[in-house]
Amino acid sequence: MRDKAAVTMSDASPPWRAWLTTDTPQSRLQARLGRAWTGWRTFRRNRLAMAGLLIVLALVVVAALAPLLAPHHPYEQDLANRLLAPGPGHWLGTDSFGRDILSRLLYGARLTLMIVALVAVTAPVVGLLIGTVAGYLGGWTDAALMRVTDIFLAFPKLILALAFVAALGPGIENAVIAIAITSWPPYARIARAETLTVRHADFISAARLQGASSLRIILGHIMPLCVASLVVRVTLDMAGVILTAAGLGFLGLGAQPPLPEWGAMIAAGRQNVLEQWWVAAMPGFAIFIVSLGFNLLGDGLRDVLDPKGD
Amino acid sequence: MIRVEDLRVAFGQDANRVTAVDGVSLTVREGECFGLVGESGSGKSTVLRAVSGLNHDWTGRVSVAGADQSPRRAKGFFKTCQMVFQDPYGSLHPRHSVDRILAEPVAIHGLDDADGRIDRALREVGLGPSFRFRYPHQLSGGQRQRVAIARALILEPRVLLLDEPTSALDVSVQAEILNLLRRLRAAHGLTMVLVSHNLAVVANLCDRLAVMNRGRLVEELTVDALRHGDARQPYTQQLLRASQGYDRATAESFRDFA
Amino acid sequence: MSDQPLLEVSNLRVAFPTRQGVTEAVRGVSFTLGREKLGIVGESGSGKSMTGRSILRLVPPPGIVTADRLAFRGEDLRDASEKRLRAIRGSGIAMVMQDPKFSLNPVMTVGRQIAEAYRVHSKASAREAKRRALEMLEAVRIRDPERVYDRYPHEVSGGMGQRIMIAMMLIPNPDLLIADEPTSALDVTVQMQILAILDDLCGQRGMGMIFVSHDLNLVASFCDRILIMYAGRVVESCPASELRDARHPYTRGLLDSLPRLDDPRRDLPVLTRDPAWLTDDAPPEKAR
Repeated sequence: MRDKAAVTMSDASPPWRAWLTTDTPQSRLQARLGRAWTGWRTFRRNRLAMAGLLIVLALVVVAALAPLLAPHHPYEQDLANRLLAPGPGHWLGTDSFGRDILSRLLYGARLTLMIVALVAVTAPVVGLLIGTVAGYLGGWTDAALMRVTDIFLAFPKLILALAFVAALGPGIENAVIAIAITSWPPYARIARAETLTVRHADFISAARLQGASSLRIILGHIMPLCVASLVVRVTLDMAGVILTAAGLGFLGLGAQPPLPEWGAMIAAGRQNVLEQWWVAAMPGFAIFIVSLGFNLLGDGLRDVLDPKGD
Repeated sequence: MIRVEDLRVAFGQDANRVTAVDGVSLTVREGECFGLVGESGSGKSTVLRAVSGLNHDWTGRVSVAGADQSPRRAKGFFKTCQMVFQDPYGSLHPRHSVDRILAEPVAIHGLDDADGRIDRALREVGLGPSFRFRYPHQLSGGQRQRVAIARALILEPRVLLLDEPTSALDVSVQAEILNLLRRLRAAHGLTMVLVSHNLAVVANLCDRLAVMNRGRLVEELTVDALRHGDARQPYTQQLLRASQGYDRATAESFRDFA
Repeated sequence: MSDQPLLEVSNLRVAFPTRQGVTEAVRGVSFTLGREKLGIVGESGSGKSMTGRSILRLVPPPGIVTADRLAFRGEDLRDASEKRLRAIRGSGIAMVMQDPKFSLNPVMTVGRQIAEAYRVHSKASAREAKRRALEMLEAVRIRDPERVYDRYPHEVSGGMGQRIMIAMMLIPNPDLLIADEPTSALDVTVQMQILAILDDLCGQRGMGMIFVSHDLNLVASFCDRILIMYAGRVVESCPASELRDARHPYTRGLLDSLPRLDDPRRDLPVLTRDPAWLTDDAPPEKAR
């Protein structure tokens, strides 16, 4: 019975879907799109992952449209209306300078997104490169690269980031650099572990027998297999990156006033946390939601991308 | 075409050193299909990997197509000599399409007309253009092995090394692949070395074979001699008896040959 | 010997619900087994392994097993409790899989594992269990049982591991052994030696055996009776000695596609699959 139902369903599906799911694609493009479509269908079945994706997309939309969405300018001070409770006019209240917290959060989304994006395009790339090269070449290269990685791993992440910021000077760019420098070693370890599992696979031997150079094998054969688990890990780590950035902001070493960075906003609300809880709680809540979003997204991506699931 | 003299391969260091191949010499003539038979640990695959250039750690002399080979090969060598692996599920990159798998060797060696070559190679192994943009997970075991054979042939090599190419396949698919290999050999005048534990498979494809045990060559004989049971060495005779199916009395007679 | 068959299977089905609908791995298999060696042969995907596993309800989820009858010594296995099934799995029916490495506990010496297997189903003392385990290792022709007893699974070869597996499965003295490709990963000579052990144990203990394999020649020479499976169904069943005279075109095709040492024919006939095989019922077995 169910067999029959499945057949009639696929009969009724629109032609574009048949084009995507065919077993005999006619071109490179069709084959790639078909793969992407299958992945998307796996992803879509995970409701929580979809929720994560929506949160992350919402963050992007909010960051892009902040000037349109925000009711006030994030720096506009109004000392007569300082520390107002949430209510009409200021939906999330105001801070100790009378600035609208909602507007500051919306603009702050841009900073958060920038930090996340910058870390995401630097640390994993460095880690991937070091890990795959070390894993594939082995021997002395491996020993040297992995000892450097171990040295970085030996320091607590936040302390190391603090040291870098202290050396480079406070500021959001330096905070990003510090976070990136301290977060690549785990990616290098993952990439190396993945590389070691495929290094002796027959398809790598086959590539060597085609005359492929080590560079070609690392770039074309090994990296694509490591990328999946790295993407998952990076997404899961994004929550940690946001928190580290917020932590640096909280300690006064990240974004400097009057930038509406969420961690710095919590720090500023610290003095009034007992009486005017919303000043610190609202940015905290924003960090919580976005971190959760990235975590859920990472979980869903694992189902789609993790090669072990194939 | 292939000459191996006093080949020795050892793995591991010091106390854990294991000699996998212990002074093997053999000659494969041009256009011949040569079988290498033995049980696991006999060193048959290790010989093949040394000839192919995958294993660098050997001593002795290996010459392919009249040229002496050093352990590390220049790129040009791989245009002469290609290999097909045992496990069709492990020898294709899981995230590369058939198109990419076949285009890669063409790109590495800077050959022209990649499209034409890929089309011809696919046709030759009996797959046809509709398979070109599929991924390995969309193919059956036999189809994967055909892709692996197409990949080996796209550089138009003169020597094809086969490492248990059918032992992971169902018997009906095995028959198709054996027929395909035989046809390709005739069409291109390929020299082949077939490593297998299955005497019947070797007899089907090869002209001559060598039997290996524990890293040594036990004996060389023609397939005709094998068919008539004219094996001189007791080890070969034991292998022959074991391949003829289960028999209570025969099983009792088996012993270890050092 | 009683008249009751050891195992009765009627209209056995194994279904896997998937997103695309229900896939049936086994589609209505029926057979009865006495104290004999029954071979189940087929290519990958024929459902032969699932048939073997479903008897002990060892089908991986989300697989669903149904049958009109599935009885071991007259006892219905379909609605046996998990606890009862565990008892049967140990002492009534044993199963040997292809790769011993995955079935043995890597952090326990093989001797202890065999002894444990014995003690679970009998209330023997530790000393008695060890003595029985050593006896069993000797029965599967391990030359130095005392030494092997104290080894860990990674310290033994593949052939030895498979013998240990068999020793462990046979120590509670089961009536039925289900062997799923027990020797496929092994060299031919080792394979023959292990089959000889199984053969002897069947003969001595009057044990029934289901031998699942892809190797037609092996099954024909080892078993008493053969079922040939194709796409989840039994397409032919015959006494092993008469496999050469098999009638079903699928069986004939399989036999023909095997390269043979005694046949200098070069091009092998290729099997062409007939869609009718998917629905045809097995012709009735010739009277023995």
